[in-house]
Amino acid sequence: MTLSGIGVSPGVVVGQIHRIKHAVIDTPVPASPREVFAALDAVATDLEHASQTVSLDVAREVLGAQAMIARDPALVEAIGARLLDDITYPDVRDAITEAFSGFRDALLSIGGYFAERVADLDEIKDRSIAKLSGADSHIASLKTPSIVIASDLTPADTAALDLNFALALVVEKGGPTSHTAIVARGLGIPAIVGCSNILTVDDSAQLLVDGREGTVIVNPSDDDFASRHTRESALRARAAAVSGPGRLSDGTPIPLMANAGNEQDAIAGVAAGAEGIGLFRTELLFLDRQTEPSVDDQVALYLRVFEAMAGRKVILRTLDAGSDKPVPFLNAVTEENPALGVRGWRLTRIANEVLERQLEAVGIAAQQTQADVWVMAPMIDTAQEAAEFANRARAHGIKHVGVMIETPAAALLADKVIAEVDFASLGTNDLTQYVMAADRLDSRLSDLTSTWHPAVLRAIHTAATSATNLSAPIGVCGESASNPQLAAILVGLGVTSLSMAPSAISEVRGYLAGLDRATCVHAASLVLNASSAQEAKDIASKILGD
Amino acid sequence: MPSAIVVVASKVGLHARPASLLIKAAAAAGVPVTIGRVGEKAVNAASMLSVLALGAKHGESVEITVSDSENADIVLAQLVEIVSTDHDE
Repeated sequence: MTLSGIGVSPGVVVGQIHRIKHAVIDTPVPASPREVFAALDAVATDLEHASQTVSLDVAREVLGAQAMIARDPALVEAIGARLLDDITYPDVRDAITEAFSGFRDALLSIGGYFAERVADLDEIKDRSIAKLSGADSHIASLKTPSIVIASDLTPADTAALDLNFALALVVEKGGPTSHTAIVARGLGIPAIVGCSNILTVDDSAQLLVDGREGTVIVNPSDDDFASRHTRESALRARAAAVSGPGRLSDGTPIPLMANAGNEQDAIAGVAAGAEGIGLFRTELLFLDRQTEPSVDDQVALYLRVFEAMAGRKVILRTLDAGSDKPVPFLNAVTEENPALGVRGWRLTRIANEVLERQLEAVGIAAQQTQADVWVMAPMIDTAQEAAEFANRARAHGIKHVGVMIETPAAALLADKVIAEVDFASLGTNDLTQYVMAADRLDSRLSDLTSTWHPAVLRAIHTAATSATNLSAPIGVCGESASNPQLAAILVGLGVTSLSMAPSAISEVRGYLAGLDRATCVHAASLVLNASSAQEAKDIASKILGD
Repeated sequence: MPSAIVVVASKVGLHARPASLLIKAAAAAGVPVTIGRVGEKAVNAASMLSVLALGAKHGESVEITVSDSENADIVLAQLVEIVSTDHDE
């Protein structure tokens, strides 16, 4: 069985499970206000004590800050306002929870780093209630090397455990900047957060944790471990040798950016060394909504991502609803061929005002941020569509407008299409399925849906050559950019930047740093004349090396 | 009451270490200290939760006010120094 989550600290290990459970108090907790304040004080003292004994700097700081929260005058005031009389209340759990919830909601609405501190509030609340109920939780410290699994790990947990014995951390909740992620990176051990099914695993199982890929294999084979361990060692050696912005060995800069759907992804991208967001997929903000978000709501959502990337470039893609990403309030009509239907910019034909309001919101958000905001439209087929999009986006004050090149029509006529805009981005996933006329979701056709196919590479070459002639930047934001050899071929074909999953960046950076432009161009010229995807791959391996 | 407007220098905003330093210093001042966005309601600068809930980010301006006292100007200068220093570096 294989589980997946977000890999937040790389490394490959195999080991036994050590499960952390938090006591849940589900019976009434009677107490007087004095007892509640004494419990908070006791929790603060515990946290201060833990902060003085813990060996890890990051944990010490977090514990110190938690102790300050437990002693916070505003919190004492909020609890006092709910427990006015000097009596023993039959159950104080709700009063305590409500007192915390005002601050909790405030932090959540700010988002980003601030929202992740909500876990600290929950921790202090739970410990105070546990203290009052007499069920003070003690966590058994690790005695043998183990993989720690939990719903989430709090700073107090990590202080109580002796993490020198932790082989890896895997938690059900949390994001890339959660405490678990920070601690794991501090210890240099693999970690995966947001691994939704990890708590269903049996305690007797062995786990393999691949913290780069975000994969957990339950009861792995020796081969599973050997292959992943070998790859990880090679990657570390190569990635360790190179840092900083993406560039070829001759110094040609190839900006390496991250794909993102929300602020969490953006934060993960920055942590992985991304120079910006090469594809901000806005439809993820629309997918679970029954009605269109208001302009104000959209501005707030976009700003969250922009703020995470202050000072960096963000390429926002307008709504790409339809086909495999239907949006409830837009894609109500069943289409015969959704991949060839009303999707991407074509939505202007049926819901023009939705796109107009999105451009308005993006324009407003772009004015309010220090991020360098570029905007592009998906599924552009013709020069007329490109011109229409460019005019409308510029009317909202958007400075850099571009198009996705993902249909054969747009690639073949790229000289006309890109002439209407400032930049282009190749969506190689869709371009591959449209050039090959093969559904990328149909596993029976998987041999036909390879971006390595020379037919696809020729389409990319045509578009990239047109962009070069127009002096327009042309990036790639499909999965192909995360394959190091294919990334080098794309550069050789004329692509000027690459955007990928954050986890792939260090590997691609390390690979490109070993190649010069002439080698990439030479390899690209040869693969264009291959007759199959396999032959193209073989040629690339031979010229570029592994 | 002495007050000053200062730009938050830390990349993470008034959060983590910068917030802890500010709150410790404000609590040690011995007199009420408030912090808030200019023209908006100010909060107790000795309260971690209140300062976090401000959500003051990198590059934003905040106003710090120290209640009248003998050392008010010195306390204010200290607090301004903390907020205007980038503690992430």
